[in-house]
Amino acid sequence: MIKLVYLVPLLPFIGFLLNGIGRNVLSKTLVGIIACGTLLASFIISLMIFFEVRHLQSPAIVTLFEFIQVGKLSIPFSFQVDQLSSLFLLIVTGVGFLIHVYSTSYMNAEQPNHYARYFSYLNLFVFFMLMLVLGANYVIMFIGWEGVGLCSYLLIGYWFKNTEYNNAARKAFIMNRIGDLGFLIGIFWMISAFSSTLFSVVFDRATAGTAVTMITLLLFVGATGKSAQIPLYTWLPDAMAGPTPVSALIHAATMVTAGIYMIARSNVLYSLAPVTQNIVAIIGLATAILAALIALKQNDIKKVLAYSTVSQLGYMFLGLGVGAYVGSVFHVMTHAFFKALLFLAAGSVIHALHHEQDVRKMGGLKKFLPITHLTFLIGCLAIAGIPPFSGFFSKDEILIAAYAANPIYYWIGLGGALLTAFYMFRLYALTFLGTFRSGEATHQNAADSGDHVHESPAAMTVPLAVLAVLAAIGGFLGLPQIFNEKLGTSHYLQHFLSPVVHAENAEPHVAASTEWMVLGVSVILIVASCVLAVNRYKKWESRTEPASGFAKLLANKFYVDEFYDSIIVRPLTSFAKFLSSSVERYAIDGLVNGIGRAVQYGSRQLRWLQSGQVAAYVLLMVISIIILFFVQFFVKK
Amino acid sequence: MPINYYIFLSLTLFCIGIVGVLTRRNAIIIFMCIELMLNAVNLLLVAFSKMHHLQQMALHPSAGIDGQLFVFFIMVVAAAEVSVGLAIIVMLYRNVHSVDVNFLNRLKH
Repeated sequence: MIKLVYLVPLLPFIGFLLNGIGRNVLSKTLVGIIACGTLLASFIISLMIFFEVRHLQSPAIVTLFEFIQVGKLSIPFSFQVDQLSSLFLLIVTGVGFLIHVYSTSYMNAEQPNHYARYFSYLNLFVFFMLMLVLGANYVIMFIGWEGVGLCSYLLIGYWFKNTEYNNAARKAFIMNRIGDLGFLIGIFWMISAFSSTLFSVVFDRATAGTAVTMITLLLFVGATGKSAQIPLYTWLPDAMAGPTPVSALIHAATMVTAGIYMIARSNVLYSLAPVTQNIVAIIGLATAILAALIALKQNDIKKVLAYSTVSQLGYMFLGLGVGAYVGSVFHVMTHAFFKALLFLAAGSVIHALHHEQDVRKMGGLKKFLPITHLTFLIGCLAIAGIPPFSGFFSKDEILIAAYAANPIYYWIGLGGALLTAFYMFRLYALTFLGTFRSGEATHQNAADSGDHVHESPAAMTVPLAVLAVLAAIGGFLGLPQIFNEKLGTSHYLQHFLSPVVHAENAEPHVAASTEWMVLGVSVILIVASCVLAVNRYKKWESRTEPASGFAKLLANKFYVDEFYDSIIVRPLTSFAKFLSSSVERYAIDGLVNGIGRAVQYGSRQLRWLQSGQVAAYVLLMVISIIILFFVQFFVKK
Repeated sequence: MPINYYIFLSLTLFCIGIVGVLTRRNAIIIFMCIELMLNAVNLLLVAFSKMHHLQQMALHPSAGIDGQLFVFFIMVVAAAEVSVGLAIIVMLYRNVHSVDVNFLNRLKH
């Protein structure tokens, strides 16, 4: 089965080709069947591979052909199948499949050709993500890395008639390119230092030193772009311009997890570079807190979820930075479940409310959307980290590792977790509790409020239910050590990933009593935070008074966009304007036109010589001959 | 006779020819002046040739006579040139009823 691994990315690619080429002739049903069918087949193959690699001790490399052969450097086009990649295969294809199914209903109002375009992009997205995950060297990974950037651009700008959406798409693309440049330079450095990009060879040859530190830092720059960390995170909230299932796909199954995957894959290199690890941890922590603070004051349901993704990614980087690679991968997995769930549930709400995304105009949706409500609540419980939902286990694994590395990390991280719980339950309370507020805003007749709100069709609720189950129970794959000691079970994921994450990189451990304390404190505080948020926003009424002070700072996202705008975008634009208005006009045009004008002027002057008077010609000849004589006889050689 | 006399005579003739070409407007006179210049050169060639011949006769009986051969070529070419040139002048006269070269500035256009 492992030999057939190339089918996993190939099938979505075929789906992309079929839907892309036949977008004008295929019916919507057929498009949906192709898109979902190819991905389902990929998922089944991934599942079979997953069960096969469980007992694999060393990674299986499937080489398809020689990709680049320059001098002594050889880069084969090969896939690496091991525990880590097969786990990601499952997440990408599994969650991706559910999102595809959901999309068939969510995007049903689109024109058939746009519907096919949408699904072809979606399939291409999954294809590139699978390439990224499967690549056995950094170059193949980079192909997927670039590809997901391209697809995110295409999907965020899916409604290309809206300029704002196009700008968001461009922002995402450019931000990603900045990071990709770091990744690319990292690969070049790697080639010059280790003369190979193969994972196995690079990990063998790497020794602690400047080269490894710089390479890991450059790769991390790539990760900050793709996984939306400070300073390149601003594209992710803007990426909400795309259709909601796309947001779910970008935020949960693909794209943003690429950075985590890459660092987890390179854990050998990162363990050799403690400087980079510290930077990764600090950046992750800072992002987690910053994004969580911003999320407190956002009013767009998708924006809140976007900032929560940025924040959760920050936790994963914190985990990577403190050496909890398994914990981070675990959190990627649980996050894929509950974030996809939250986004799809939010999509269901948006769908029911006819593309209303402002939570101030929602409220009281509990009775109209029972399934969405229940699944969203599970998602909130999972992300907030309330036991026994999945987020609790993965987040606490990271927090405990952070505590072992540096208790300050833990306390700040716990603060972020409290904020997470608060803004998620604020969102929940504003959306589902209280009374329906849209009536006052959109319909004058108050009696009308809520009557047109209806639960979404089965194609949307079934994926929600599946994801809700996964989000609820996914955490049992990685029980904390203290429970394992009590119950005689084991941390399944850690055991599973042990061949990939090397022994010396195993999770840092703390004493059982400390772990109990840490778990207890976080659970109590998080529950308190949830209760506080629900109580505060349950009876919330729309007010129009402008925010002030810190709240205003939060509502405006710390003015980071404005800051970037003024220090980078505007100087660049004015520099470009200066170039186009001055340098272009006077220097470049002046040079080109000046040459032309000089030739014209010169020839106009020379034209007087051609008077047509024979005598004048002869005179010239005589004068020239006399000059030649002078030159010949009187000028010394 | 020293060679200088020949050179000065030839130079004088040549200058007269040049000045004539430059100043006169009648095509026939210009033509004659050109002939004058050619003949000035011929004279010089013959003079130098004779001088070299006298100096190098001991080495070779026919040394230095190439210049005189050239003169014959020049005379032949000049004759041909005159016939063509006069024919052109006749045609010119038929066209513009003048042999004034200042009327013939149409090459300009």
